[in-house]
Amino acid sequence: MEEKRAGKKPENRVKMREQEPLARAKNFMEVPYGYTPEEAKKEASRCLSCLKPSCRGGCPVSIDIPSFIKLIKEGRFIEAAWKIKEDNAMPAVCGRVCPQEIQCESLCILGKKGKPVAIGNLERFVADYERDNAGMEVPEKPKSTGRKVAVIGSGPGGLSCAADLIKSGHQVTLFEALHKAGGVLVYGIPEFRLPKVIVEKEVDYIRRLGVDVIVNALIGKLFTVDELLTEQGYDACFIATGAGLPVFLGIPGENLNGIYSANEFLTRANLMKAYLFPEYDTPIKRGRNVAVFGGGNVAMDAARVALRLGAEKVCLIYRRSEAEMPARKAEIHHAHEEGIEFMLLTNPLRFIDDGKGNISAVECIKMELGEPDASGRRKPVPVKGSEFRIEIDVAIPAIGTRPNPLLTRHVPGLLLNKRGYIVADYETGMTSKPGVFAGGDIITGSATVILAMGAGRRAAKAINDYFRWKYWDTAKLQGSG
Amino acid sequence: MFKILKKEELSDLVILFEIEAKDIAKKARAGNFFVLKIHEQGERIPLTIADFDRDRGTITTVFQKMGKTTHHLGTLNEGDSILDMTGPLGIHSHIENFGKVVCVGGGVGIAPTFPIARALKEAGNAVISIIGARTKELIFWEDKMRAVSDELIIVTDDGSYGQKAVVTTPLDALLRENQDIKLVYAIGPAIMMKFVCVTTEKHNAKTIVSLNSIMVDATGMCGACRVEVGGETKFACVDGPEFDGRKVDFNLLMSRQRMYIEEERVAMERYKEKSGGN
Ligand SMILES: Cc1cc2nc3c(=O)[nH]c(=O)nc-3n(C[C@H](O)[C@H](O)[C@H](O)COP(=O)(O)OP(=O)(O)OC[C@H]3O[C@@H](n4cnc5c(N)ncnc54)[C@H](O)[C@@H]3O)c2cc1C
Ligand SMILES: Cc1cc2nc3c(=O)[nH]c(=O)nc-3n(C[C@H](O)[C@H](O)[C@H](O)COP(=O)(O)OP(=O)(O)OC[C@H]3O[C@@H](n4cnc5c(N)ncnc54)[C@H](O)[C@@H]3O)c2cc1C
Ligand code: SF4
Ligand code: SF4
Ligand code: FES
Repeated sequence: MEEKRAGKKPENRVKMREQEPLARAKNFMEVPYGYTPEEAKKEASRCLSCLKPSCRGGCPVSIDIPSFIKLIKEGRFIEAAWKIKEDNAMPAVCGRVCPQEIQCESLCILGKKGKPVAIGNLERFVADYERDNAGMEVPEKPKSTGRKVAVIGSGPGGLSCAADLIKSGHQVTLFEALHKAGGVLVYGIPEFRLPKVIVEKEVDYIRRLGVDVIVNALIGKLFTVDELLTEQGYDACFIATGAGLPVFLGIPGENLNGIYSANEFLTRANLMKAYLFPEYDTPIKRGRNVAVFGGGNVAMDAARVALRLGAEKVCLIYRRSEAEMPARKAEIHHAHEEGIEFMLLTNPLRFIDDGKGNISAVECIKMELGEPDASGRRKPVPVKGSEFRIEIDVAIPAIGTRPNPLLTRHVPGLLLNKRGYIVADYETGMTSKPGVFAGGDIITGSATVILAMGAGRRAAKAINDYFRWKYWDTAKLQGSG
Repeated sequence: MFKILKKEELSDLVILFEIEAKDIAKKARAGNFFVLKIHEQGERIPLTIADFDRDRGTITTVFQKMGKTTHHLGTLNEGDSILDMTGPLGIHSHIENFGKVVCVGGGVGIAPTFPIARALKEAGNAVISIIGARTKELIFWEDKMRAVSDELIIVTDDGSYGQKAVVTTPLDALLRENQDIKLVYAIGPAIMMKFVCVTTEKHNAKTIVSLNSIMVDATGMCGACRVEVGGETKFACVDGPEFDGRKVDFNLLMSRQRMYIEEERVAMERYKEKSGGN
């Protein structure tokens, strides 16, 4: 028994080569280099092609993982990409940003003994390979149904819904408030994690499919949802406006100069390319000593951007312990490697100014884990007398977001929950207002790219059904509202 | 792309554009603003919709050359286009028949004051307007303002035109003599709005100001524009830009406006070098 196991010792996962931490902490280029075809084949060969693949159950859109990996083993990379695209329109994005360790890879059988198959890395590889070698072919245009659909918000939810709807033969308009389409993929997630050319190519692909992408269109102000459905003749609309309203800490001094919401900091850096100032016009404060508050992907991104802008020291201040951090494990690891200082079990109390309206320090208090709360997590409680100060010149709260009420508050008949999220059926995206569907962060709160894409796809399907049957069921919603 | 149909130089520093923007014009109301980005590398800056023509599908904006972006904007001509424009933004002015009102416009703030004064006049108010600037050359739209006001008072800091005074001098006199003034609207530099509020506080007159905080998205997503009103943090782009002036923390506004002073200087110098001092 012992010998047998030793003999069949699972091969190690093929590591993806990366930029050296010290070098990459000074530039905005992507951190991992991606697999070579040989590396991809070698990693793919670890997959057991399980007949009952448990990995698939961990993927929110149930990609046929063993099949696409088998195609990689055979060197049929472009077909592998197509295989994935049956279920996921943006593998180049998901391969990079999905929290694989809690999704597909968490259920891979190999994970029981060693490292699971690097499903995300492989997905990224074939998507990049297809983009560089096949040029993302546009399928033939389907016959027009004569129906018009408005998709509001161009994040992953809106993009995937629009792509599916156009393939069904509807006329589709995608409205985006900002000057660039892509949602969080362009304004939030930094270049070194998701190069913007990838998102641009995806948006460009959707345009080539025939979707009319209209930027600078803030729905609720430029047009209302009711106007779209009546005057403008749309037969249905899908709302995927995300949860983009920043939440601040609510402590004294929070409006001092040098304190940014993570949204503002990342928008300046990513969407407006402030890291290239003055070549690009938008400025950003390059802090010497930066504190970021939070433990999610947004906090990691903000901390790593601050470092790349030239900070000497970046502290990540989180009130729980590292095990509880909701960020992707890979990014926590990258942040450590790059020298971000983790200050755990710590909570900020107030910001202190320099007498001229700028931030000069933050006063914090140490926390300890107390009794488990309702969610089962041990609640952090302050340790009396443990207050201390850190000198900083930039502070970035990244403690969550809420839905932006700009659009939702002016849609008569649209049911919202107490926190302002749209109430919609999970399966169909149907809201309380006939013809209006919704999905992504605007119904779930901040979640993930793949979940928003899944919601977009389900809504596209439901919109097709709705056109066929003109059926609207809101009974279920009233209960959950 | 948004095409500039008309350009008018109102003074050395102040320029008027009439821009083709059919959908924005359709929805624009007094008090709204829009955001523009001139070109790919540009920043997003907010400007007020000083007028609009729904039939022609145009909006009018008046801007003062301050730093790099507004200087660059000033070099554009009729027929040129602006890459991105989003609007109408902000909550439009609340207009009703209040009775007797005063509209105060300072410097380039005269432009955004105009559509509000006009709307107030149309709603049946008696409108007294005060417009002011540093010097005669910077006064514009005297005729337009006169046409929508029952009385127009002009002041300049150096006395080169109208009364030699700052806007608060005639305002103080008006408020003293007319107990029946129901509302004061004031738009201009933060420091002017601050002193208008000091004046109206004395006479307990309701005062609305339009806050020009630094903005990025102007859709409520970033919080760059945060201001404090009555001790509460508000986002000027979506909760405003108009607020009850007597509750506004102007010192915070002015401090936040200076946040990028160093970067603005760098950008301007670099721009001057490249454009040969325009
Ligand atoms: C910094 C950051 C890092 C993240 N990292 C990850 C990660 O690594 N992995 C992961 O899976 N998830 C990550 N997420 C979460 C993920 O990005 C979101 O869950 C996902 O983008 C939600 O998609 P969405 O389509 O619902 O909305 P969004 O991506 O938020 O897009 C909404 C779009 O709608 C537009 N909009 C809003 N209101 C209007 C209106 N009235 N009219 C027109 N347009 C409007 C917005 O401008 C925006 O472009 C991250 C999020 C952030 C902020
Ligand atoms: C709601 C609103 C309406 C406005 N309407 C007008 C108008 O009708 N006409 C007009 O001339 N100006 C208006 N402004 C101000 C105008 O946006 C700024 O003058 C402009 O952004 C300056 O850019 P700049 O690059 O030329 O100058 P900079 O060198 O960047 O800055 C010069 C000054 O402008 C301010 N400023 C810089 N960037 C911004 C920004 N993104 N948003 C706001 N202020 C900024 C700074 O406080 C600084 O003191 C308005 C501002 C707001 C918020
Ligand atoms: S989409 Fe995400 S969860 Fe699904 S297989 Fe790909 S990486 Fe895994
Ligand atoms: S569970 Fe793991 S080994 Fe099995 S098919 Fe999925 S990826 Fe391959
Ligand atoms: S400008 Fe971003 S929230 Fe107001």
